[in-house]
Amino acid sequence: MNRLRAMTQPREATVPSGSEPVISLCGARASLGSRPVLRGVDLTVTRGEVVALLGANGSGKSTAVRAVIGQVPLTDGEIALFGTELRRFRQWSRIGYVPQRTTAASGVPATIREVVSSGRLSRARLGRLSRVDRAAVDHAIELVGLGDRAKDSVSALSGGQHQRVLIARALASEPELLIMDEPMAGVDLASQGILADTLREQVAAGTTVLLVLHELGAIEPLIDRAVVLRDGCVVHDGPPPKAMGQHALPGHDHVHPHAADESLRTGLLT
Amino acid sequence: MEILETAFMQRALIAALLVGITAPAIGIYLVQRRQALLGDGIGHVAMTGVGLGFLLSTNPIWMATLVSIIGAIAMELIRTYGKTRGDIALAMLFYGGMAGGVLLINLSDTGSTANLSSFLFGSLSTVSDADLTAIAALAALVMLVSVGLRRQLFAVSQDEDFARVTGLPVRALNLLIAVTAAVTVSVAMRVVGLLLVSALMVVPVAAAQQITRSFKATFALAVGIGVTVAVAGTSTSYYQDVPPGATIVLLAIAVFIALTALATPLARRRARAAEADMDRPECGSELPGMRQPGGDVRV
Repeated sequence: MNRLRAMTQPREATVPSGSEPVISLCGARASLGSRPVLRGVDLTVTRGEVVALLGANGSGKSTAVRAVIGQVPLTDGEIALFGTELRRFRQWSRIGYVPQRTTAASGVPATIREVVSSGRLSRARLGRLSRVDRAAVDHAIELVGLGDRAKDSVSALSGGQHQRVLIARALASEPELLIMDEPMAGVDLASQGILADTLREQVAAGTTVLLVLHELGAIEPLIDRAVVLRDGCVVHDGPPPKAMGQHALPGHDHVHPHAADESLRTGLLT
Repeated sequence: MEILETAFMQRALIAALLVGITAPAIGIYLVQRRQALLGDGIGHVAMTGVGLGFLLSTNPIWMATLVSIIGAIAMELIRTYGKTRGDIALAMLFYGGMAGGVLLINLSDTGSTANLSSFLFGSLSTVSDADLTAIAALAALVMLVSVGLRRQLFAVSQDEDFARVTGLPVRALNLLIAVTAAVTVSVAMRVVGLLLVSALMVVPVAAAQQITRSFKATFALAVGIGVTVAVAGTSTSYYQDVPPGATIVLLAIAVFIALTALATPLARRRARAAEADMDRPECGSELPGMRQPGGDVRV
């Protein structure tokens, strides 16, 4: 993989001028039904960055990500991927998407390899899967540590393993940009560690990552920049908030109501 | 064999064979996307096509194909763009289709409710050469789609959101599944009847997945079960005076029950093995960061 990446690129909160934006969201507005969910969101992710999108339930973080991949239409504003306007963007194999799911299973049994193979279709399209494609699928399964279970049915997996399958599926196209919607939801600590390791390898290879998180957890050290949304607006764009980090340490019991959590966080940030 | 000597029985067996192959082949995608009853809905809509065929004195199979394709596209569009009451819209389509069929067939000179009943429950003995040609052509089309595009249809049926981000033409593939299902209904209508069509799309798949772990194996086994019950049911109806459609469906359900009974101890053993497997990471004292990829769960 000959990925271009300036290893010297400063990992700073502010976007270094001149570096290539992989995702650019400008003045994005979107509504679900009659409710405005995004109210003028600006978000730029440059090559090699790892950006976490944080916020309480209903803050618009998932909608923002879904808008980026064209699954939620904008009522106003612009989106560009790799410098191409979203409407004209066709190079989907450059993107690996992990949707918000708790399961990788469907109504019919499927093996891990079968599910992960569907991630390779962005390269194979309507054609057959070549030897190279199959090798890439196997490699993606290895990356998430499920190599010895490739022929197992996904329905026999635990919650964390389901997430690993979904991530392997996203990695199968060898993407330059990973977009993940709550990849750590319902994942046990052991799997969180494996997911963090997988992500670390990807980041080291130069992959750009945008991920929606409820709390930072095991991947906190990987994150360059955190963007916090509240009520469809960006309220913080910079280093990961400290309060979030401590609060998300393993062992911290997440029992307090979100409203209180939210006011505390914004108090520190704004 | 005596059964193979009469021309109508030859046609009947060929028709049954084709239906046994095609119905589960497209049905598996419907089951996968949890739309198992879509075939049933299309079957109802196809009745209007049959009625129209009688009224216009054309071959009811082609008319049923046309109308059920239109109905299937309408259902898919309702599913995609429909707001909260999609189920109501679908109900209108189902019952409208059925009522339309009954009305049209009574308006025609050649048709009667007795004729309609042969389409509702299947009537293999009346399969003509023209019917067989139509069935064979449509079956070839269904297999071309369901086997040729299996990876794409699998991806779309497994996770539509994800498939869209891989750049697959999701809307076109969804419509293709709906249209292919509609064509299958027309293929199967003469054999099992419009009211039982859906059973042959769903039951063999449900039976197969009791003992399979992969999509590929489920597909192959479902088609195998489909062919077996379709041919066995048709043959039975030759020796015994039983309706073929109903016999085929009951045989399929018997296979489902048998495989479920077979699979239960198997599944229990698998679950026990998986449980024993999952105990390890929970009891271990390792911290997440210390784990190596691939180091946790092994079979």
